[in-house]
This record gives sequence, structure tokens and C-alpha cells, in this order.
Amino acid sequence: MPRLTQDDTHPVRFTLNGRPVSARVTPRTLLTDVLRHEIGATGTHVGCEHGVCGACTLQVDAEPARACLMLAHQAEGCDIRTVEGLAKENALTPLQEAFREHFALQCGFCTAGILMTLDALFSRQPDADEDAIREALSGHLCRCTGYAPIVQAALAARNRIKGGPIDA
Amino acid sequence: MKDTVIEPLVGRSVARVEDPALLSGRGRYIDDLPVAPGTLSLAFVRSPHGHADIRSVDTTESARAPGVVAVITGQDVAARSRSMTVGVKADVECWPMAVDRVRYVGEPVVMVVATDRYLAEDAADLVAVDYAPLDAVIDPVAALSDDAPVLHPSLGGNLINERRFRYGDPEAAFDAAPHRIGIDITYPRSACTPIETYGVIASYEPGEDAYDVAANFQGPFSIHAVVARSLNVPGNRLRLRTPPDSGGSFGIKQGVFPYMILAGIAARIAGAPVKWIEDRLEHLSASVSATNRQTRIEAAVKADGQITALDWDQIEDCGAHLRAPEPATLYRMHGNMTGAYDIPNMAIRNRVVLTNKTPTGLNRGFGGPQIYFALERLMDTIARHLGLDRLEVIRRNLIPAAAFPYRTASGALYDSGDYATALDRAVAEGGLADLYARRDKARAEGRHYGIGFACVVEPSVSNMGYITTVLTPEERAKAGPKNGAQATATIAIDPLGSVTVKVASVPQGQGHRTVLAQVVADRLGLPMAAVRVLADVDTMRDAWSIASGNYASRFAPAVAGATEIAATRLRDKLAKVAAVQLNIPPEDVSFAAGRIAAKGNSDNSLSFARTAAMAHWSPGTLPDGVDQTLRETVFWSPPELEAPTAEDGINSSLCHGFIFDFCGIEIDPETAEPKIDRYVTMHDCGRILHPAMVDGQVRGGFAQAVGAAFLEEYAYGTDGSFQSGTLADYLLPTVMEVPEPVILHHETPSPFTPLGAKGVGEGNCMSTPVCIANAVADALAPEGNAPDIVLPVTGAKLAPHIFGDEPGAKDPVPEMKAKATSGGRKLTGEGRTVVQASRTDVWQMLLDPATLDAIIPGSHGVQKVGETRFNADVTLGVGPVRGRYKADIELSDLDPPNAVTLSGRAVGALGTGGGHGRITLTDTDAGTEIAYCYEAEISGKVASVGGRLLDGAAKVVIGEFFRALARHCGGGASSGPFARLTGLFHRITKGGRS
Repeated sequence: MPRLTQDDTHPVRFTLNGRPVSARVTPRTLLTDVLRHEIGATGTHVGCEHGVCGACTLQVDAEPARACLMLAHQAEGCDIRTVEGLAKENALTPLQEAFREHFALQCGFCTAGILMTLDALFSRQPDADEDAIREALSGHLCRCTGYAPIVQAALAARNRIKGGPIDA
Repeated sequence: MKDTVIEPLVGRSVARVEDPALLSGRGRYIDDLPVAPGTLSLAFVRSPHGHADIRSVDTTESARAPGVVAVITGQDVAARSRSMTVGVKADVECWPMAVDRVRYVGEPVVMVVATDRYLAEDAADLVAVDYAPLDAVIDPVAALSDDAPVLHPSLGGNLINERRFRYGDPEAAFDAAPHRIGIDITYPRSACTPIETYGVIASYEPGEDAYDVAANFQGPFSIHAVVARSLNVPGNRLRLRTPPDSGGSFGIKQGVFPYMILAGIAARIAGAPVKWIEDRLEHLSASVSATNRQTRIEAAVKADGQITALDWDQIEDCGAHLRAPEPATLYRMHGNMTGAYDIPNMAIRNRVVLTNKTPTGLNRGFGGPQIYFALERLMDTIARHLGLDRLEVIRRNLIPAAAFPYRTASGALYDSGDYATALDRAVAEGGLADLYARRDKARAEGRHYGIGFACVVEPSVSNMGYITTVLTPEERAKAGPKNGAQATATIAIDPLGSVTVKVASVPQGQGHRTVLAQVVADRLGLPMAAVRVLADVDTMRDAWSIASGNYASRFAPAVAGATEIAATRLRDKLAKVAAVQLNIPPEDVSFAAGRIAAKGNSDNSLSFARTAAMAHWSPGTLPDGVDQTLRETVFWSPPELEAPTAEDGINSSLCHGFIFDFCGIEIDPETAEPKIDRYVTMHDCGRILHPAMVDGQVRGGFAQAVGAAFLEEYAYGTDGSFQSGTLADYLLPTVMEVPEPVILHHETPSPFTPLGAKGVGEGNCMSTPVCIANAVADALAPEGNAPDIVLPVTGAKLAPHIFGDEPGAKDPVPEMKAKATSGGRKLTGEGRTVVQASRTDVWQMLLDPATLDAIIPGSHGVQKVGETRFNADVTLGVGPVRGRYKADIELSDLDPPNAVTLSGRAVGALGTGGGHGRITLTDTDAGTEIAYCYEAEISGKVASVGGRLLDGAAKVVIGEFFRALARHCGGGASSGPFARLTGLFHRITKGGRS
């Protein structure tokens, strides 16, 4: 990484949901701020800015990460995937569909982060059991649902994803 | 052809129309909304003290910082606004930003407006506020004592309101009863804190003296009047808008309103639109929380457990300011203070006090958790005292089904219910017998297992007049009556005949748009997709009133009800229009599947869209008596919501649902952590419009109650320091802590609401905390007196009951640790190091400002201001929380060159610290051994967010001081893991985002 000076803006380039993006920001700028306020990808939400609530979770090179704990420049050259990158041509994925069917969201503010965590979990571990799902979800705070419908939706989505071609 | 039978949408768990956007990152929350070019960012300087006078505010350096447009003090705000309306008669001012005194940690003191948030926060750090700290008072009972520090000198004390109420003949009932049974209750502070924080975008048009404010406010819109009055403009000069989506509120976002005033003034001074998004520390320390309350409740009880009178004495803690609509938390339940029980006599004493804590406001359950905790712990106590079965005591007192509508002692009119049947069904269907068997088995094995019960009447649709119960009947007569609760709905037809519904319900995820589409589609015989609903508000364009908004669980009973009425009116008009065309009487017209048809002959039909749009294209063809079919706006206020009577009777809410809960809880034999084994919750919320959403509300309220019962507490030091400023300190339940409750329903439709529905969103916040507490009490003490249960019930609180009191430390550290301190976050430590220098040289160095400057971590300069006094300017931090402090250091008990005591006090933007330490020097073979022990105390922002890290961080900083001293002396160990750690810490404290 090139040496950056504190008060100047510097270019940062990464892939966002398959498309190359770039911005010029100071070294201290958070990844969440670049995504939301420079690029305009507001689907990633900011809940605590200290890494506890999980709302800002996205995927960096396919691994879930807290965007509020990343500087934008740390994303240089990375493949970033956010909630906006899940559905293709407005067709919800099996995971998103399951959330809708199980009423696994109310206000929707924490949902993006939860979807990105579960999406990463099922890519790595398509047969994740309920304990693994709960473990993954335990890094997220939801104030509306009481979690039970989220667990149900995750289990339903896993079954569909495992189920083969219909949802593949 | 026969009519097609179409199953109604209402009552079915249809998919939510909100979800595709929310699941795809296309929600439009406040921070997602587009802003005008040139919109500036707002940041706040906030009080690090619980209580202090502001001596001076120096904004010079801040105003010169890069990107800064305006730096605004409390005086600047006061010059452009009026004190916010206070809901009681009292000589007190309530400013949105501190003017000459701060009264809680986090209180806004200065606003900085800059070109971006980073620069605004940088410049906020440069504002120098000189505070004169005052003694603080945190406990509401202590706040009432004569020698308590007084927050508002104009009040002469901290009691801001007191009222006594008497219903029936409580004295006679107590005299006649064989038993007088009472309990003292301490209910702590917590908040249903949403994941999205507050946000405001404001602009000001000087030509019209008009403010335009967008905020994720939730209502009630009575607050619009409070904000307009404070901004000193007529209501039509305050345009208030809400974003389409809001990331949860649970009452809390009512409390955003002082920031609507402040952002408006900031925009006016800066001459440009201003945006502010609250951060999490601001939210936890300075948004709003629920009230904490101290209660004494006593009952007059017959031998069989029948209660003939209640006597309440409540001390309500509303924090540092009585902000609108407080003291509403204390009065929302006033009509239903007898709960689910038929108790004819009651006395109530209500006192409202102010303490050095965050001002309180709406919070899910709003007053219910506090009263039902007391009432249902009392029911448990009565059963214990009389040796009766707890469920039998509950049953003996329940209001009988035949008594509805039932007028309570304090004036509520309970609309409907069959409590005994609901309870019996819950016992049978929820498996209480099985739970008793589990308890018996656990106890036989020596485990601590208890069962708890709770009965709750859940009020919904607040009477706008209930808060005036806080006034005396004479004051009310003077002020004029307040009553009712206007709900509004508009249904509009566009030229293509499609239907739009607009309501002022401002949801935060409750699915209002879906339910209203169901209601209107059913009424007009349309598919759901044909109806589009908007639920956000623009006060300049939409129909609204003071009761508008999303609170008091008013959506299903009131807003959906008003929408039903509007749809019915429109349908009746369209029936007249269609009747002419179909050549049938209007009462024979039916609406189904997008057609308007003759009943029994669907071949004789018209397209709904074509008929509905006729008033656009050919108004001249409308039949006589039909003005238009384009837009129907309904305002509905239920007549049952009358103003308080001269005897202080108040029907505080329109609807009264019923909840009966029971649960089994086991206390872990090793950790003393309580864990829910099984939880059953029975609800009667009247007619259910959308089963999955109702259950979603129950589960959500239950999860928040689990947090309140086991985890959540706003923690304050006795000096007013706030100690739970992050989500790692203020613990919210995760998926691991929330079990799935068994949810049961028993429907008795409300006769007072258009759809028969009642509110359902808040009940478990009222019933679950006390149900858990009763189960814990049963686990700890199956018979006889139970220990005092104070939430949150943590393992640490229960451990002494399981294992006995903790033994004292085997090897207590002498000297410094013994001293008691005033209440911030206390740190103690000790250590020693060896340096290669003589005792005399080390002594000289410790007294030399140049040496001190070189070795104090983060020092920007040390000045000697007296023989034994120094001033230092230092940067200290814990992780990313870094601040600059001015320190006064004094040396005392000098014993040259052997020992010295260092005392110091540091003041900075992030808080204050003070402490003292004793340093002793001893000759050794390798040079001089420096031994030290210290005690320090820190309050303010650092204590709020860094509490868990402080001990370790202080050790590192102090360790680094002595390492540096050792290096300065040319010796001592400077490698190894410790040096790497201090080096790392140094880099952290010197770098990072401010």
C-alpha cells in the first residue's frame, strides 16, 4: 500500500458487487462512510460504529467483515460484496425469500448484515446445522424480531439451497 | 353466475409489502435520504460531568479549525429559542442545550457545524469548556432529602410534582381487612434502544422565518407544537417530515425532538442545511431511557386472598429535565393501576423527582413495566404471606367476564375480556402441570428451579388527556379539557382508478403498509397489490393531529380502524355511483375481485377502476348526493376517551388487552445464572388482523423484556458518570439469550374499535420482567419470605443466595485501596521497577519539569508552577477514545530522596480523572528500585466507553511512565513483551480517528 498523508485524499479502488468502483478519501475515512456517502450504496447500515451490533457486516473477499471497523483504504483491491449484490435482477435469493416468508425482519435495519453473514456461512458450509447458524447469528443484534423467525428463515433457506436446482 | 367467495385478507399472514426493498438494501432510512448540495454536518460537545456549572466556553480554536462554519453555544441557542414546554406547573426551564449548567453526562453543550462529520468532530474536540463540578444525585429517594444537591435552584428542591389520589374508601378497606401486605420495589433504568440511532436534517428559510426538518421521529405529533413553540414560530413555519423507513424505535425516537430544535437553529446560524446522525455513545448516554422508579405498594387482603384496596407510593425518576411528554410514564397507567383485578378502593401518592441522569421519555411498555413489576410481585407476596396457591390468589381477584365493559376504581373503562377463560386455557394449553413436574424433579435433585406468573392488562390508544391527571382538578379547569385521540386516514383514487392510502402512523418496521393494504383491499374488493400505502408524514401536506404517530400500540385499533371507516365511506359512495349504472339499489352492490357487481348476479358488473375514476373524467355523471369519490379523509376519535373527571377518574386508554404469562426458570448450580426453561404467554389483543405480525410483536417485546430482566441497565456512578456507553457495556440479548416463547391467543374483540382490534406491541415488556422475577423468587425461596429481586437478575446478584456471601480477600492490598472515593470508575494498581541511577538522581528527575515532560506518556509540556506543583498538558486514550487533558500535579509528604506522594487531577473533553500515588525509592545492587502504588478515578466519556479496558490501560500508561524513567536514567529493562505492548499502546493513543 502506498504511503498516505493524513490530511490529503487518496484514491481507493475496489470491486463492489462485481463492479469496479473508486473514490478519493482521507486515510481515516471508514469503509462504511465511503460506501454509503461517496458511492451511494446505502444498503449497508451503521448501528454502533464499534463492531458490536453487526448491522454493517459485508463480505470482503467472501469473508464476513464489519465495515465500521475497516478503513476505506484497507479495502484497496478487495472484492466487496454487500446486500445490494445478493438479488440478481430483483429476484430475491432463497435466503431473502425465506426471510420474507418467515417474517424474519421488521424494521430491516439489522437485516443486511445478517443476510451477509448467513450468505457467507452457507457458501462455506451449505449443511450448517442450527447450532452453527445460531453461532453465526450471535454476532448480530436485532431489536425487533426476538430472533426465532431469523433462525427459522435461515434453516429454511439452508434446506432450499441444499435442495438443488430450483433455488440454485 | 354466482358470487365468487373470496377469503378476506384481514386475518391472514400475507407477505409484507415492505420486505423486498428492505431485504435488498433499498430501504430509505434517514441517513439514506438525499440532501441538498452544501449540506453541512453537525457534531456536539457534550458534558463529561453529571453535574457542573459552566464557567466559560472558549470556541476560538474550534472556530478556526478546517471546514468549520459555525460554533454554537447554549447562549446562542437560548437567544434564538424559548425554553421547551414542561408538562407540570413548576418554575423550571428546559433548554435543548445546556446554558449555564450541565445536569447529566452527555448533555449537549456546544454545536459545531462543519463541511463533513470528521472535521466537525475534530473541531468539537477543540472547544474548551471550563466546568465547576458540583455534587451529583443519582438515586431518586436520595434526591428528595433536604441535603441533596439541587439540580434546578429555581425549584428549591428536586421534587417537581406531587399528587395524591383517593378512589373509593381505601382507609376503611384497610381498617376492615385482616391483612395489610406490602412490598418495596426498586425498578431500574433500561431502554429498548433501537439499532438505528437518531438522525435529523434541518434547513431554515429566513424569508419566511420557516424551518424544514426531516427526522426519524415517531410521534406523538403533539411534540410538533413543543418544537414550534421552542423555535418561536407558528406551527405552519415548522415543516416536519419523517423518512419512509426507520430502524426501530420502541418509543425512543420520540426523544429526538430536542435535536430537531437544535439542528434547526444550527441551520439558521450556519445559513445552510445541516445534518446530524447520532452515534452510539450519544444514543446510550443522551437519547432517552425509561424511568427508574421506587415504589411502595400495600394491599388490604381478606383471609381468602381477596384484595379490597391498594395503596401506592411511587417516586418517579425522570432524570435531569422534565421533557415533554413526561411525567407521562407515571400517568399512562393511571386508569389501570388495579391491573386485571377487581379492586374497588385505591390510594395513590405520585412524586416526580429530577436526578443527574439522562432525561426520560417514551419506551416500549411505557409505565407498564414499573407498575406491573410492583403489582405482580405483590400478588406473589400475598400468596406467600397467606400460604395460598399463587394462581388461586390471582383467580380470586380477576375481573369476571360478565363485568365488561368494566370501570376501574381510577376510571379506566376496560373494553372487553374473559380473563378467567384465557388463564385456564393458558394453564391447559401451555402445559403448566408438566412445568410443575419439571420443577418437582429439579428440586428433588437439589437444583434451584422456580415458576413465576404474571397477569397484565395491556392498555393501548392513549387518551391525549391522561397526562393532565398530573394537574389538580382546579388547574385542569383553568387550562381547559384535554381528551380524545384523533386517528386519521386518507384514501385517494387516481385517474386510472387505483387506490392510495395515506396515514400518519410513522411505522418503524411494524408492517403498517401491509395491514392497511389488507384492510382496504377487503373493503373495496380489490387484490392487495391494487392498494398502495404511505405511512410517513409531511406535516405541511398530510392529514395529522396531535395523536398521530406510532406509540401507545395505537396502529391496529386506531389507525387501521380509521382506515376501515374511510374505506367504508368511499365504498358506500361508489356503491351509489355503481347502483345507477347497474340499475340496482345501492345496498345490492357488491365489491369483489376488482369488480363492482350486483349481488347474486356477477354478470351485471363494472370495473372498479373505471367506476372509481369517473369522478376525475366525468364528474357530471355522478348521481345526486355524491360529491366526489376522489379522496376520503377520516378523523376518528373515540368518544370513550373523556377528559379526567373532577374526582381524578381517567380512562387513560381506549383498549385494554389481557396477558397471562408463566415460566419456569432454573438457576445454574455453578454460575448462578438464571435461565428460562419454558415461557408461555397468553394474549387477548382483540381481533387479530395479521397473525404473524401479532406474534412478531409478542416475540419482539418478549426479547426486549428478556434483556431488561437479565442484562440491561443504565449504569451510573454516584458522581453521575455514565458507565454503559457502548453495546459491549449495555448488553442487548443476542440469539443465544432469547428462547422461543409459547404464544397463545384468546380473542375477545373490542367493542370500541372499528375492527375489534386492540394494541399488542408492548404487553410482554410489562408482563415478562415480573414473571421472570417471580420465577427467580420461587427458585430462591419456594416458601416464606422471598429475597428482594431487583432487575437485571444476573448471576452475580443471585450468587450470594446460592453460595452465601463472598469471603473477603485472603491477602488484601494495604494502604491505598482502603480509601473510599466519590463514585467514578476506580482504578488501583502497584508495581516496581529498577533503574540504573542513584536515589538522588532519580529524585531530582522526578522533580524536574523537563524530565517529566520527556517521560510522561503523551505529554505536550510540563510547567512548574510552584515548588511542589506542576501543570501538564497530556494526551491519553484507551483504544480509539483519545483525549487531551490539562493536569494539575502536586507533590506532598516529601521525604527526599526516599518517598513522595503525587496527587493529580486531570480535566479534558473526554472527562475528568483524579488520583494519587506513593512512590518510594530504595537502593539495590543494580541501582535504585522505584516502587509505586496508586489509586485513580475516571469519569466522563472515557468511563462510559472504556470502562472494561481502563484497568489494563492505566497499568500500561503508568508502566510506560516508569519504563521511560528507567530509559531516561540509562537503564532498566526495555525489551520483552511488556515493552512491545507499551509501544503498541503508544501508537494506538497517538494515531487513529479522533
